[in-house]
Amino acid sequence: MTELFYDVVVIGGGPAGMAAALAAREKGAKTLILERDVRLGGILNQCIHQGFGLHYFSQEMTGPEYAKRFSDAVAQTDIEVRLEAMALGLGEDRTVSVLSPSRGLEKIRAGAVVLAMGCRERTAGAIMLPGTRPAGIYTAGMAQKLCNVSGYLVGKEVVILGSGDIGLIMARRMTTEGAKVKLVLELMPYSSGLKRNIVQCLEDYDIPIKYSHTITRVVGSPRITGLYYAPVKDRKPILEQEQYVSCDALLLSVGLIPENDLLNGLDIEMSPVTGGATVDERRMTTIDGVFSCGNVLHVHDLVDNVSREAEIAGAAAADFAMGKLAERGKQYAVVAEGDVRYALPQRIHEGGVQKLFFRVGRVVKNCRLVVESGGKTLLSKKYMVLAPGEMGSVDIDASALEGDIKVRLEI
Amino acid sequence: MKELNTICIMCPMGCPLKIVGDGEKVEVSGNTCKRGEIYGKEELLHPSRVITSLVILEDGSVASCKSSSPVPKERIADVVDAISHISAPKTTKAGDVLLKDALGLGVDIIATGVSPKSGLN
Ligand SMILES: Cc1cc2nc3c(=O)[nH]c(=O)nc-3n(C[C@H](O)[C@H](O)[C@H](O)COP(=O)(O)OP(=O)(O)OC[C@H]3O[C@@H](n4cnc5c(N)ncnc54)[C@H](O)[C@@H]3O)c2cc1C
Ligand code: SF4
Repeated sequence: MTELFYDVVVIGGGPAGMAAALAAREKGAKTLILERDVRLGGILNQCIHQGFGLHYFSQEMTGPEYAKRFSDAVAQTDIEVRLEAMALGLGEDRTVSVLSPSRGLEKIRAGAVVLAMGCRERTAGAIMLPGTRPAGIYTAGMAQKLCNVSGYLVGKEVVILGSGDIGLIMARRMTTEGAKVKLVLELMPYSSGLKRNIVQCLEDYDIPIKYSHTITRVVGSPRITGLYYAPVKDRKPILEQEQYVSCDALLLSVGLIPENDLLNGLDIEMSPVTGGATVDERRMTTIDGVFSCGNVLHVHDLVDNVSREAEIAGAAAADFAMGKLAERGKQYAVVAEGDVRYALPQRIHEGGVQKLFFRVGRVVKNCRLVVESGGKTLLSKKYMVLAPGEMGSVDIDASALEGDIKVRLEI
Repeated sequence: MKELNTICIMCPMGCPLKIVGDGEKVEVSGNTCKRGEIYGKEELLHPSRVITSLVILEDGSVASCKSSSPVPKERIADVVDAISHISAPKTTKAGDVLLKDALGLGVDIIATGVSPKSGLN
């Protein structure tokens, strides 16, 4: 086995990985991207719809186009890109083991590591879908990949469980490609997807969505022929009101899980809420020199935020690797309270204006987001509405902190 | 008189809009702010969307494509149909025009990316 050294090794070549690598290279770090797929771009390659880049590039584009901006920029530099290269292990000493068809198993030592592995989708098993397990059940992202990358339509009569953005986008895609999307079922009384997608993916095509409904049974063998569904009260289906719908495919859009398997067994602090590591404002985890950004840190709905966050991580990783990471002020914890489900970063060093991302746990109207440190109010901002499907961000002045930072809602 | 019930998508508030009117006069209700009114009027009078779809290239690989500008909503199905009849060479790359002035609507169909051939296709 050969051993190699890079200042910064970025694991994952999606939008997060590419932006992190570019920022690290900009700082002068010798940088490597490891990507298990045959090309850079991550999930963007299969998101052929419009809706990316409005904030970052002030121009709306499709996923592949957004990815190309970054992969072209990477190609202009001497950043090394290794494709079909799967990171299999990470040590606390920042060695990465990598397997690739062309080079076999390698160990790479890194001055700093940036985790940018993205998310994977929750599956039928993960949500304990009731009924049998016939063919024809796909996660929405898998169906998206089969459709947009390979040119296969997974069914002609489709039901979608969950109203996450991938499910909504796929409702429109499958319709455009000639399938009939009969129904979208959402367990919650509201959608976890963006409003724009409810209007432009469902309403535009008269696709019905039933809120507070779930699947009670899947039927068919060897392929799905239909399913039963029912309204939900107090998280339990009301079986007396069960109804049947026939279908030959079921898509699941029931949430994403940060793909952090690489961290299993490491002594690293993870957030049970985000599913990612906990980080400070430079996106450094509790392992020195290991940074995290993008969907592997917390699920983002806008890629623009992913790119910006990754630039912070990449630049800090380069500084760390080259021994230039500046001394910071005292560190304080950031604590989310009540209806604020999480706030990120989870730790902040005193100093400067800093951006806090947050998500709420339910739809809240006419409220104030209050950020306090000790007894001091750092920010109090009015919102007409906050929804779990749309991540919020605020800038706070962290130049003089008096204690842990508390983020909460006043209604 | 046309009538439309929809949700305003201009901010996360998602106000339920009712839009009634014709070319001369349009009434928007349910909106909380001016942006909702502007959006509602546009949705009633000239709803249009950028279309994204796929073209299978000569060698079986898949190119994604989009309309260069929004297409009137009532013509979306026709444009999607026109896209399905496009044949394009395997040398197609992002940015290539696949169909000029689709159906005389003044929009081009442009390739946005090409996926490498996989084991499936
Ligand atoms: C269907 C869908 C629709 C969306 N729509 C929009 C939209 O309209 N507008 C918008 O702004 N955002 C949208 N988003 C969100 C945005 O695309 C994502 O937030 C963003 O792509 C996340 O980037 P990432 O780099 O963190 O992860 P990914 O894009 O998932 O990239 C992670 C990469 O890491 C690689 N990887 C993982 N593990 C390893 C390993 N062990 N070794 C090597 N490589 C590895 C993966 O192969 C992948 O390429 C959408 C997302 C989805 C899924
Ligand atoms: S009407 Fe105004 S407040 Fe309501 S959703 Fe539209 S932009 Fe937001």
